Amino acid sequence: MPNAIIIALIPLLPLAGFLLLGLLGKRLPGNSSGVIGTLILLISTGLAIYTAYGYFFDYGKVDGIYQKLIPLQYTWLEFSKGVSIDMGIFLDPISVMMIVVVTFVSLMVHIYSLSYMKGEKRFATYYSFLALFTFSMLGLVLSSNIFQIYIFWEGVGVSSFLLIGFYYDRPSAVAACKKAFIVTRFADLGFLIGILILSFYSGTLDFNTLIATLTSPESNQLKSAAAASFLGVSALTWGVVLVFIGGAGKSAMFPLHIWLPDAMEGPTPVSALIHAATMVVAGVFLVARLFPVFAISAPGALHLVAYVGAISAALAAIIACTQTDIKRVLAYSTMSQIGYMMFALGVSKYGGEGGLGYTASMFHLFTHAMFKALLFLGAGAVIHYVHSNEMKDMGGLRKLLPITHITFLIACLAIAGVPPFAGFFSKEEILLAAYQSNSIIYWIALITSGITAFYMFRLYFSIFWNKEPHPHGETHGEGSWAMMLPLILLAIGAAAVGFIPFGNFVSSDGAALESKFHLNFSITPVALGLIGIFTAMWLYRKQNDRPNKIASSLSGLYKSAYHKFYIDELYLFITKKILFNLIGRPAAWFDKNVVDGLVNFTGNTTQLVAEKIKTVQSGKVQQYAIYFLVGVIGLALLFIYILK
Amino acid sequence: MMQPGLYQLLFISAALFFIGVYGFFTRRNLITMLMSIELILNSVNLNFIAFNKYLWPDKMDGLFFTLFIIAIAAAEAAVAIAIIINLYRSHNSIDVENAEELKY
Repeated sequence: MPNAIIIALIPLLPLAGFLLLGLLGKRLPGNSSGVIGTLILLISTGLAIYTAYGYFFDYGKVDGIYQKLIPLQYTWLEFSKGVSIDMGIFLDPISVMMIVVVTFVSLMVHIYSLSYMKGEKRFATYYSFLALFTFSMLGLVLSSNIFQIYIFWEGVGVSSFLLIGFYYDRPSAVAACKKAFIVTRFADLGFLIGILILSFYSGTLDFNTLIATLTSPESNQLKSAAAASFLGVSALTWGVVLVFIGGAGKSAMFPLHIWLPDAMEGPTPVSALIHAATMVVAGVFLVARLFPVFAISAPGALHLVAYVGAISAALAAIIACTQTDIKRVLAYSTMSQIGYMMFALGVSKYGGEGGLGYTASMFHLFTHAMFKALLFLGAGAVIHYVHSNEMKDMGGLRKLLPITHITFLIACLAIAGVPPFAGFFSKEEILLAAYQSNSIIYWIALITSGITAFYMFRLYFSIFWNKEPHPHGETHGEGSWAMMLPLILLAIGAAAVGFIPFGNFVSSDGAALESKFHLNFSITPVALGLIGIFTAMWLYRKQNDRPNKIASSLSGLYKSAYHKFYIDELYLFITKKILFNLIGRPAAWFDKNVVDGLVNFTGNTTQLVAEKIKTVQSGKVQQYAIYFLVGVIGLALLFIYILK
Repeated sequence: MMQPGLYQLLFISAALFFIGVYGFFTRRNLITMLMSIELILNSVNLNFIAFNKYLWPDKMDGLFFTLFIIAIAAAEAAVAIAIIINLYRSHNSIDVENAEELKY
């Protein structure tokens, strides 16, 4: 059996680190706060890998099926008998996989930041925020009930907010962190209502019981949830759709994606950790966690998941081709890849061969965490070197930054789906799952994978080739080992993790799923990917005017993609012009005139009356005596003649 | 000599009471005001005695009340005179018109 204390320590150590660095960090000399944070996380990572090893190879599997284990359960808030919010640890293949991913990527970012954030004034604060984030994210993936996941869900939201707004003296960062917080909070409203609906019908918050009661066909709870309907859709579907809205907000799915590109205002390692590898996949994780319930309410909710995922993937890929800020390109690419994970879940079925999409989605989550974190850290190294986010300030860096160049290339090949790098395997599985169930989504995904290869290599060639290299003044070279080591480790991961037989470990029902390799099937996507790469090479390898010509020939499409299809403007229009005018201003008027008016009226009247009657207190003793006499006479008359 | 009846006593008592009230309202000198209060108290005493004598001659309650009031009046006079002396020390006068700082 798993050792509950060891598993509990995995999230609790970063929490201790957060408290330690948050309270005492400023007193620690030099870089030691970063070193302490990194060492704490190193222990956490070790424990996570130990747990994963134990789960996958020792106690997790019973009769060929991976069990859902709850090694720790603790009643946290008891409202009444039987109604309580618990805190617990839930071990199943995806949570075990996630703790490894989160701790590993977080460790890489911790090490990387030792050098990247060096000399920063709020260095210790930065590390304490990173620790807070890591704690929340680990708590999220290990949650044993839906309310606990909500608590940690908000926890990662807050730490994301804090880290995006880390450079709080920049107005753009402040705006970005507020935007991220408001958009995800708005989506979380859906999540909360979804939680209430699901737990109301199932009568529990606990994942195991909730899934069990809502998926067994003869249970009364399922029948009542499926029978109750609102606007022609059953309560069960509403519940999962609302939960999905929460997930879509966190995972930057269309149309709630607008916060992600702006979130790039945060420090680059933070983008790598939060906005590429871990937090933004929380939505995918949530859908996967409740996947049996989604599957039972199919096709409604799952179709929504699939189409939202596919649209996000395609849209983001097109936008990514036109952006010039390298971090924004990566942000859109993240959104696109998460779209892949989403629709892979959407086209999946529960159990058996049909569950391929589920496995593929989790596999892609795993590989994506590696290569996307690598891309962001590589981009961080480039930005560190040229002090700019814009592509036009870069070019020809391959000789100046050799290690960054090689690792970045590996990551680009991985995301473009070139064998034998990691992204190839996971993307093939996703495409296969889409092919088997939904041809529209398959075609969208296929074309998107070609575009993905194009924009990634546009980025690659623009940074590392294009112009002649010119050293940037007094440079500090490539950075220290602390920046190179994570790049190299992640590059090894991005190159190698594809060979893990992932289906053996993670599948929708816990039984091993043999991943088959179809050579004929793979030819099309790989060929499309290569076409994308060569197009990018033709356009961007050397400086020329072809990109501009093509852009001007596609002027309408190019312009709208460059402006992100005006979705931000649409939001601004809806909020500023419609919501503010129709709801905000009348509400403000009502508040100012009616509510304030009432309060002011009370105050003014009191003051007026007080002014009039204050002269009664004149300080003249004999006047008081007269009042007293009049009062006594009045009372006497009252008692004698009226109240006889 | 004619024995005074209840009504005569009550008349004297009422007259004393209103003389006291009048003095309290019209005099500015605190000592005089204190004396007026004594008049009012004594009118009440007279009432008690009269009612006791004519209505419940076999009881002593009215007498006790009167004794208590006399005792308390003595204490009250002591306190009042102490206040008046303090007032004189701070204001150099015992005129109530000069002591009206405690107002709005």
